[in-house]
Amino acid sequence: MMWLLKPETLPEKLAVMVVAILLFAVVMGLVLAVVDRPRLPKWVPVAGYLGPALLLITFGLLWPGMLTIRNSFYDHTGNTFVGWDNFAVIFTDEAFLIVIRNTLLWVALVPTLATALGLVYAVLVDRTRVEKFAKTLIFLPMAISMVGASIIWKFVYEYRDPGVRGDLPQIGLLNQIVVWMGGEPQQWLLIPPANTFMLIIVMIWIQAGFAMTVLSAAIKAIPDETIEAAKVDGAMGLRLFFFITVPSVRPAIIVVLTTIAMGTLKAFDIVYTMAAGGNFDTSIIANEFYTQSFNQNQQNIGAALAVLLFVMVVPIVVYNVRQMRISEGER
Amino acid sequence: MSLDSSVGVQRKLTRKEQRQADSKTRLSSPAASAFAVLIAVVWTIPTAGLLITSFRPSGDVRKSGWWTAFANPSFTLDNYVDVFGTSNVANSFFNSFIITIPAVLIPIMLALLAAYAFAWIDFKGRSFLFAFVFALQIVPIQVTLIPLLSQYVQWGLDGTYWTVWLSHTIFGLPLAIFLLHNFMKEIPRSLIEAARVDGAGHVRVFFQVLMPLLVPAIASFAIFQFLWVWNDLLVALVFAGPEYSPITRVIATLAGSFGSRWYLLAAGAFVSMVVPMVVFFSLQRYFVRGMLAGGVKG
Amino acid sequence: MSHARVTRVLVAAASATALLAMAACSSTATPSTSTAAGDCAAYTQYGDLTGKTVSLFTSIASDSEAKPHIDSYKPFEKCTGATIKYEGSRDFEAQLPVRVKAGNAPDLAYIPQPGLLATLVTENPGKVFPAGDLASKNVDTYYQAAWKGYGSVDGKFYAVPVGANVKSFVWYSPKAFSDKGYTVPATWDELMALSDKIVADNPNSDVKPWCAGIESGGATGWPATDWIEDLMLRVNGADVYDQWVNHTVPFNDPKVVAAIDKAGTILKDPKYVNGGFGGVKTIATTPFAEAGAPILDGNCFMHRQASFYQANWATFDKKATVGPDGDIWAFYLPSMTADSKPVLGGGEFAAAFSDRPEVQAFQAYLASPEWSNAKADATPNGGWLSANNKLDVNKLTMPVDKLSYQILSDEKAVFRFDGSDLMPSKVGAGSFWKEMTNWIALDKSSQDVADAIEKSWPAK
Repeated sequence: MMWLLKPETLPEKLAVMVVAILLFAVVMGLVLAVVDRPRLPKWVPVAGYLGPALLLITFGLLWPGMLTIRNSFYDHTGNTFVGWDNFAVIFTDEAFLIVIRNTLLWVALVPTLATALGLVYAVLVDRTRVEKFAKTLIFLPMAISMVGASIIWKFVYEYRDPGVRGDLPQIGLLNQIVVWMGGEPQQWLLIPPANTFMLIIVMIWIQAGFAMTVLSAAIKAIPDETIEAAKVDGAMGLRLFFFITVPSVRPAIIVVLTTIAMGTLKAFDIVYTMAAGGNFDTSIIANEFYTQSFNQNQQNIGAALAVLLFVMVVPIVVYNVRQMRISEGER
Repeated sequence: MSLDSSVGVQRKLTRKEQRQADSKTRLSSPAASAFAVLIAVVWTIPTAGLLITSFRPSGDVRKSGWWTAFANPSFTLDNYVDVFGTSNVANSFFNSFIITIPAVLIPIMLALLAAYAFAWIDFKGRSFLFAFVFALQIVPIQVTLIPLLSQYVQWGLDGTYWTVWLSHTIFGLPLAIFLLHNFMKEIPRSLIEAARVDGAGHVRVFFQVLMPLLVPAIASFAIFQFLWVWNDLLVALVFAGPEYSPITRVIATLAGSFGSRWYLLAAGAFVSMVVPMVVFFSLQRYFVRGMLAGGVKG
Repeated sequence: MSHARVTRVLVAAASATALLAMAACSSTATPSTSTAAGDCAAYTQYGDLTGKTVSLFTSIASDSEAKPHIDSYKPFEKCTGATIKYEGSRDFEAQLPVRVKAGNAPDLAYIPQPGLLATLVTENPGKVFPAGDLASKNVDTYYQAAWKGYGSVDGKFYAVPVGANVKSFVWYSPKAFSDKGYTVPATWDELMALSDKIVADNPNSDVKPWCAGIESGGATGWPATDWIEDLMLRVNGADVYDQWVNHTVPFNDPKVVAAIDKAGTILKDPKYVNGGFGGVKTIATTPFAEAGAPILDGNCFMHRQASFYQANWATFDKKATVGPDGDIWAFYLPSMTADSKPVLGGGEFAAAFSDRPEVQAFQAYLASPEWSNAKADATPNGGWLSANNKLDVNKLTMPVDKLSYQILSDEKAVFRFDGSDLMPSKVGAGSFWKEMTNWIALDKSSQDVADAIEKSWPAK
């Protein structure tokens, strides 16, 4: 049975994949069959439905998360308790205020703008002849790997000196446009705080596809009757959008905002690859976390930064739970 | 029962009629269309630039903007030839599929069940558990690597597909539960209660009533889970043995130790992008409208 | 249904990739460079290792760079019967500590920085194994003592050297130099005089004497640290350099600041930089991999970068040749006087995470002349050398590798290892990179930069 662990040929690999899926199906089938008998106490079906997911999450996320919290109070060897020292290091770093400012800018701008653009676009192309194609265009950035995205934007922001005669070619699109319009090319990624906005644009560019896709699915779920009724009442265009569409997909909007906000808090790749590892006052907490943990071997500081991320998520979680309670009350 | 029949009615509309009905409800004005086109263009131009770049000789890329390639065309397939000439391209492509398919199916199924429990079974501590699951999204994958790998080594499973699937499932679950729960709880209570009155247990309610209604939501999440797993490098690097490494790993090594072949990255990015685009395009047909119509009427 | 479609896509992809696989197989099946494998006499000391496997993990991942390594183990595999399982990863430096901590370490790993070795040894007690007697003896015999020192932590010898490079090079175009009547400078003053001459010869134009770039993603700034290290050796000498690296001389000592200022006389003077890219600040955003290109375009005359840069020239211009009579060549970055010859360099070291006999045997092999020569045979396109004194210099095909080996084995040369690789990673892969980037991009003063780095130095 070695091939189940270490398949060597392609058929073996495919077989392992099929076995894995079947195994999963059989196990889950058994679990469901057991918990679906009538007259069982309520906790049994709950355990059957929720148990597998909770077990995995506890093992793979909660446990490492707890370890991280622990490590944030120890030194970088993980053996000596240092109390709040690691947090003190973070908060007394003079550049840290900028990191916090940037993180807040990211988490405020990326979810709102990406969601707004995604929503508007999803509504605009909904039910048009070119819908599929139009949606694919916005989705495209999502499909590109981070490496690909950073190269793409390098060819937007790249700067070349125009030279003493001012006629040397630009290879970055943005600077070329500036030159065509008679302006001076800029080193966009070197000018704080504008460079942070330049990087935020990249993240919005990527995330709008996510917002558009999920919100499009939500828009499709608005019952036709709702829209027809609104039309009978004379709602058209923008009114229809603000008074019917947006309220109807409001829960989905909250979900999208939340998801993008969390993704934004965690994302370090753009800053890391495009702004030279967070130089030029562009760093954000996730990037500091990554460089401290992996480049500089300061796992303790990295852990403290991760804990800071956990803390920043608390308001988002609280908001969502309240929304959930409200919508349950309505139901 | 009433649900089935009304969906049937909905389906009987011909495509043409559907489109006519659609066009009446569309939000359309010249300004709106122009705005949509503008977004589409702005969103696409950077990628188009990379696509053109991937066909240009490396010397040109450095010296002139990609838009000048139209004025004095000089294109080459060399970059793609180099990418496909890398050893293990085919093998890695396959590994990507073998990693991705279970890593999409399994978390979706688990998340659907969990989301069902959160949305439709009343139990104590439900909001707390839900908040807990969804808050764990924020745990950075990087902090999980050492604890997880230590366990896998102890189990003797390190470097196999199994640990890669398991890890991707774990990392995908919180978001999957969160998203699917949202769609799940939007389904009108009357539908589920009607089924319950007919004597259906949880399993029947889940598979016969809820699942068909959730197709668009499942399709949209499937697209993203596919994308994340397909584009993942970190999980594969740490948990998969070198013989099972996906295409992303090949792409990441294209440029060489000192980045001397950086110009191959553009072509590489497009090679690995093709499959997610096909998946997106084909799953779009499950984004269908009006599935809930019957429920609201009833 | 969706299954049918997914299956169809899968099958289509399968057949397409199967074709590719066949093509790939047939192309790699061509006979590889044959190593002198007939003679196994030198290998009997390793014993019979039939059926034994040694896993090796390195940062060398791309095809063209990994294949020479894999090929160089063939004589060992053939003569001892052992199998070497090679794995290369671009994210080696992040991955290795994770694997070691999680109990999933490879048998051997090529460690590119002594600093990383020290971290691994001190943070994972008992996981890194000292080199065996045979490996130790080989290094004593075939390498200068300094190399053993770089592979040691707290006086214990762990890792054998498996590669070396020379960083004190200035790349230039021999043709451009002879056209203009420039000569290769032999002292720092001559170098500055040449720079001034180039400025004077190109009034009111975009041509400048120097081009540079320090952008390297998350590692941005390292090329600038190499400049500082080279100048530390030239301004203050090897002894002060060692004290600086060990932190017995603080980072903000006036001597260090003087060396940074000296580098600034080139890097921060808009008269001299940055040919082909613009002003001083463009150095911060120019990727190091592209920074030398303006030499071929005629916009710049000199670019200071390590020997490995030879591989980059062909990416700027496929026809560019590297050599004394080629389109591009390198001269030794001159010192203050013509008779002092400090050399900045780097290298990789193989450390063991197991003391199984076959692992120790393979580690000893890597320190032997047989391996260095087999590696040279297996690297027809150049880009590799070791400091092994029995390496046959004629086996090095690329002129730069030959020149590097000659510099390394030159009696007068005083070799020093890249300082940022020896410093604690908080400095060597953190504040040093970051502050050098600020030095360029934000025009921070040398004193402020040195103060900031000194402040970041971890307390012992």
